Amino acid sequence: MKALRISQLAALSVAGTMALAACGSASNDDAAGGGGTSAAAATSSSACTPGNLTGAGSTAQQNAMAQATAGYKARCGSDVSYNGTGSGAGITSFITKQVDFAGSDSALNPQGKDGDEVAKAAAACGSPAWDLPMVTGPIAVAYHVKGVDTLVLTPSVTAQIFSGKITKWNDPAIAKLNPGVTLPAEAISVFFRSDSSGTTDNFTNYLNTAAPSDWTAKHAKDWSGKVGQGKAKSAGVSQAISSTEGGIGYVEWSFAITDKLKMAQIDNGSGPVALTAESAGKAVEAATIAGTGNDLALNIDYSTKAEGAYPIVLVTYEIVCSKNADPAKGKAVKSFMSYLVSDDFQNTLTSIGSAPLPTSIKDKVTAAVAALS
Amino acid sequence: MSSTGASVADETPSPGGRDPLSGDGAATGRLGDRIFAGATVGAGLLVVVVVVLVGIFLLAQALPALRVDQASFFTSTQWHTGSTLAFGIAGLLWATVATSIVALLVAVPFSVAIALFLTQYAPRWLSRPAAGLIDLLAAVPSIVYGLWGGYIVAGKWAPIQDGVSTVLGWIPLFAKVDGITGGSTLFFVGLVLAVMILPIITALSREIFDQTPTTHKEGAYALGATKWEMIRTAVLPFGKAGVISASMLGLGRALGETIAVMMILSGLPQGAPWTWSLFNGGATFASKIASDASEFSGGLSTGAYIAAGLVLFVLTFVVNAIARVIIDRRKAFTE
Repeated sequence: MKALRISQLAALSVAGTMALAACGSASNDDAAGGGGTSAAAATSSSACTPGNLTGAGSTAQQNAMAQATAGYKARCGSDVSYNGTGSGAGITSFITKQVDFAGSDSALNPQGKDGDEVAKAAAACGSPAWDLPMVTGPIAVAYHVKGVDTLVLTPSVTAQIFSGKITKWNDPAIAKLNPGVTLPAEAISVFFRSDSSGTTDNFTNYLNTAAPSDWTAKHAKDWSGKVGQGKAKSAGVSQAISSTEGGIGYVEWSFAITDKLKMAQIDNGSGPVALTAESAGKAVEAATIAGTGNDLALNIDYSTKAEGAYPIVLVTYEIVCSKNADPAKGKAVKSFMSYLVSDDFQNTLTSIGSAPLPTSIKDKVTAAVAALS
Repeated sequence: MSSTGASVADETPSPGGRDPLSGDGAATGRLGDRIFAGATVGAGLLVVVVVVLVGIFLLAQALPALRVDQASFFTSTQWHTGSTLAFGIAGLLWATVATSIVALLVAVPFSVAIALFLTQYAPRWLSRPAAGLIDLLAAVPSIVYGLWGGYIVAGKWAPIQDGVSTVLGWIPLFAKVDGITGGSTLFFVGLVLAVMILPIITALSREIFDQTPTTHKEGAYALGATKWEMIRTAVLPFGKAGVISASMLGLGRALGETIAVMMILSGLPQGAPWTWSLFNGGATFASKIASDASEFSGGLSTGAYIAAGLVLFVLTFVVNAIARVIIDRRKAFTE
């Protein structure tokens, strides 16, 4: 435990020195030698291990990865290529050893639809595979109603809108949540993702968890609602909402920002909360860890009543081998992961519509990364 | 000249001392000939082998999924590929066929008219650049058509469609469908596909019409035909088989078009009521496979999509076979 804490400290201090120091491993060593402890120096040598990596998976973290690979290239000079093939395809590539790490919207599933992903990944690695939460992608409930600039929704009303029980914008249930807002008597047009996606999976998981009586279908990557029109990818949904008066849908935050969509505030029981990097981070903070040891699969509490927490979040993971069969590869993976969890990188995430990891989770991820080999 | 290829030149001994009249085996024996024959036979066989292998692969991958399918594969419209597999292709088949037929009905008359204009009416200085311009349409990537159709034109098409369904809504094909807004319908996809296959059909039809024997045309004129009558009696009958095969080529592209359809067509929620309306959303075989491809994990669930692909494969075969039959019958009539 003590060793773990030291390495945790070391990794943090490395992140700190890297923030101060100019790029390049030589200057890092200088900084560590000057002010850091010996442990920090030991980690700093592994913090920038050269070695090119390939990853594949979730499209939800593709923007974040583009940012990360560029930043990592500038810092360490190694190329990391990330291919946004989708979470399922990413995990499949990881299991068949085509990529060094996979990005996924959900942790490895022991009851995956095509078998035990945990066991398959462990077999491919020769050691347990770990899920490391890295990028938080909040999901916005975006709408397009003329004259309505703020809209408050509860899980129950959201579920009723998306399941077709509420069909008009001036429905008493919506009006009750939004006193003083003039709601038009127009029909609600629901938009969903027509492609399989982690966004749909997380959003329906939220509805099913926070409003189980209004949303009875289990969460799934394919839309399980009974109404709506499907649009291809986040861009399609976002565009459809912005061009349809009376439209509502769920999209990743970054798309709602780019298309300048109005986003609903969510009231999970302790007052309406607008979507910000901070409020999304609070929801992640409220999550419990489902994995064991350094496997940090999270159990997001969608029905959280934590003050100021925006509950509809999607946490994307990097799936890595805890002990890589090829030590050089293992070091390179570790090096890249420690960059991902560093403040340098996490603090840039808000600019691309993702939220940084909250401190409590980040510390755990940092410790797990330090234990990679 | 005899069939052996012997000629007067063979009567005299050649400088190489070869016996006269022994023949040089030019028709079959020379190295170049053997290589060329081998290459053509090889290419022909390779295509057949590849197609057969594709068929076998699809069948082998689809069968395990079909065996555990909880729904009727041919009549069900549901598509669940989660932990329980329940999938049917009725909706996909209808969307694929409906969009392609709309595309064909719109594109073929246009293409034939354009081809006739370019070959029979337009002056030479106009027909060449105009033909090039139309060929250029074929070079536009389908994603561009998808973005253009889905983001720009669909919204403008919506009021027209609403008007049509108000007037002709009593015909099931044009009935209004609740909850489908913004013009992203099967019919609209058909229109976009029509634009996409137009250059293919036009280019081939133009080639065919251009080859109408001058004697046929002059014969028609000599009998007192007007220009339109000449086209009707000489050009069109001559080009009919060609136009049909051009249309089938276009149909093939429409059936298999993926990205443009995926970008434009609104998806339907599970359990949406069945309707024959063309003003409905849906998904075609190709667009369904493409939109879910990112979450394939290579097991039974993927088999469901491969089964859908198999049906598209067979559908394309059937369409081409029908086209062959039509063309052969046409030929029999005209010759």
